[in-house]
Amino acid sequence: MIGLLLMLTTLFTAFGSGSLADAPDFRFSIFDLRLFEGSVTIAESLTDRSIDWPEWNQWKRVLSLRDYNTRIVMLGTGLLGLAAGIVGSFTLLRRRALMGDALSHATLPGVGLAFLLAPMFGLDGKSLPVLLTGAALSGIAGVAAILYVRNLTRLKEDAALGIVLSVFFGAGIAILTIAQQGAGHVAGLETFIYGKTASIVADDARLIAGAALASLIIVALLFKELTLLCFDDTFAGSRGYPVVLLDLVLMALVVLITIIGLQAVGMVLMIALLVIPAAAARFWTHDLKRMTLISAGIGGAGGLVGSAMSAVFPNLPSGPMIVIVCSGLFFLSMFLGGSRGILVRVARRWQLNRAVDHQHLLRGMYEFLEMQEAPGVAAGRNVPFASLLSMRSWSSFRLRREIRRCLRNGLLVRNNDQSLSLTESGLAESSRLVHEHRLWELYLITHADVAPGRVDQAADAIEHVLEPELIVRLEELLRQERATQGVVPSPHPLEQIAADAHTNTATTVVGDPQTSSQTERLR
Amino acid sequence: MTSSVPLSVNDLTVAWHRKPVIWDVDLEVQPGQLVGVVGPNGAGKSTLLKAIMDLVPKASGRVEVFGRPYKKSRARVGYVPQRESVDWDFPISVLDVVTMGLYGKIGWCMPVRRKHRDIALHALERVGIAELANRQISQLSGGQQQRTFLARALVQDADLYLMDEPFAAVDAATEKAIVEILRDMRHAGKTALVIHHDLHTVPEYFDSLVLLNMRVVASGPTNEVFTRENLERTYGGRLTLLDEATEAMRRRERTL
Repeated sequence: MIGLLLMLTTLFTAFGSGSLADAPDFRFSIFDLRLFEGSVTIAESLTDRSIDWPEWNQWKRVLSLRDYNTRIVMLGTGLLGLAAGIVGSFTLLRRRALMGDALSHATLPGVGLAFLLAPMFGLDGKSLPVLLTGAALSGIAGVAAILYVRNLTRLKEDAALGIVLSVFFGAGIAILTIAQQGAGHVAGLETFIYGKTASIVADDARLIAGAALASLIIVALLFKELTLLCFDDTFAGSRGYPVVLLDLVLMALVVLITIIGLQAVGMVLMIALLVIPAAAARFWTHDLKRMTLISAGIGGAGGLVGSAMSAVFPNLPSGPMIVIVCSGLFFLSMFLGGSRGILVRVARRWQLNRAVDHQHLLRGMYEFLEMQEAPGVAAGRNVPFASLLSMRSWSSFRLRREIRRCLRNGLLVRNNDQSLSLTESGLAESSRLVHEHRLWELYLITHADVAPGRVDQAADAIEHVLEPELIVRLEELLRQERATQGVVPSPHPLEQIAADAHTNTATTVVGDPQTSSQTERLR
Repeated sequence: MTSSVPLSVNDLTVAWHRKPVIWDVDLEVQPGQLVGVVGPNGAGKSTLLKAIMDLVPKASGRVEVFGRPYKKSRARVGYVPQRESVDWDFPISVLDVVTMGLYGKIGWCMPVRRKHRDIALHALERVGIAELANRQISQLSGGQQQRTFLARALVQDADLYLMDEPFAAVDAATEKAIVEILRDMRHAGKTALVIHHDLHTVPEYFDSLVLLNMRVVASGPTNEVFTRENLERTYGGRLTLLDEATEAMRRRERTL
């Protein structure tokens, strides 16, 4: 974490040291009059933008970071995404993610009011610090209103969130409309709604970077305390930690990130930067430290790439760009994530199914031989393919696939007349599997009161995920009850399996409730 | 001036929206005792523990821990919350959870150091799951979760332990392990106030007993208090009139 901070500081100074003389004064561009002329509504302004596919030169300018301003903007938004990713991890785990959304929407009336009222106090209504102060104050008022509505009435938090979010946002739009009629010289305040990186000048970017670094430092210092807060606030309270104060610190960090993100991402989409990176990071790891770092990385990448895209398409709002990049990374994580991504889970299930088929095949071989007349189970004795197929409700494709695998591993050998036989190692493996299966069956019969007629299916549903230590315990338990040597004899007549095979398409599991719930989870 | 009485509760009343949860509780816990708290659902057992630790506001009454307010004796109290009270899918390891018991000692803003991890590992050894130290907590069974929580309280090396249903839904091996630890504690002169739900094991586990159903029905040495008559008064004879009165009050407040 400290290394990361150091790296960022170096990066920051490296970028910041670009000579200030290079920086053109873009101050006027925040208040781009084009978008707010006459009674043009905000909705119209979205469609008014003309977008041309950029020239190669434009791409090159951005990608090579030639412009001082592009560099500074990308640094600012990158750091913003990074900080949002880190703070977002904690708000996500504290289940306060939507609070950030209400907060960012609630900043709009503050922006409008600050613009209208600043001249009365002799301040410049267009200066960024004044506007952001207004935004922060009304954002905090919005959160206070949510808590007030929730505590004073019987409404639940989601209703309070919805009310406050829409009322504040609506009021904000109304105030902006008034501002543009009254003040004559009206600003492109709508920058704050959808975000516009082109409006960011060097000073603004430094403000963003500074605030992002500050929030990074705060999280780094309070990492332990915030973890405790999110995991177990009751315990934190019992140890004397000021839970309310810690919650306020977390909320203040959200306010800070939201406010500095208004220009780049806009209030409508700010929540994306607080939620998406953290949610995406959760697919990759089970470790909070790693999760915050990955989340920071995804947020930072989203900010950097998104603002670069917006520099290439100068007329597009940058908020959607950043969100599109972030959500791309999110879907990538959702599918490819190393710890709970969809592909990993599909692969695990597939592996389990293959393992189940493998065990069924070897057990089927063993049990078929067991049912034959003397000399009993031995390597090299023929088992016809047709009887294997009838033992379970599997397709001949699945059976052949599994047979091919066992042939490759040297567990089976194929005889020319559509039959198979076990090799020595195949015999050892199948004896072990049958033995474990029957131990488990015996356990279910004696300890869980499963009827012997149903026990084969019941055991089958669970045993494939038994861990070796559980098998050892099972053996110990049953050894005390009866002396077992070699493979345990089956506790039920074996012919039943073949008879059941055609009826057990919908496997019902009997047994104690815990058993059946475990089974459901497997499916 | 610290008194040797680990816990004394006087006239404690806790109310939610003016509906009393526990009423006029008087309690004195002697040192070196395992004290069970038994009562039906909704009897205010968890609330009693939380009120002792100032986690819920008291309507009235006084709580003293080793003769001082809880705030002053906090370091001498270990707390084992209900297992269901946290999200076990949280992205941290078993060792991380156990070191949380040491955060007070480590101090604000300071990192967890090797010394603290060793203490935590030792506590995990005591509860018998040292090999799971680096496991993510979502992979634990119910009993292992409970042992983790117990280890987190053990690292504090407290003198008074408050435990909320440590035996709820754990396997037999875990129950045995916890009982052994409780007995070790008593041997070392420590005191534990344990919320318990399984009446069968009460006489075996606890030296004294508090029968709670909003108010203290009976308290004292287990062999005196654990009688059929007392249990019937705790579980059977609900304070129906009181319930109805407070319910009526709550309904009226709703319409105001």
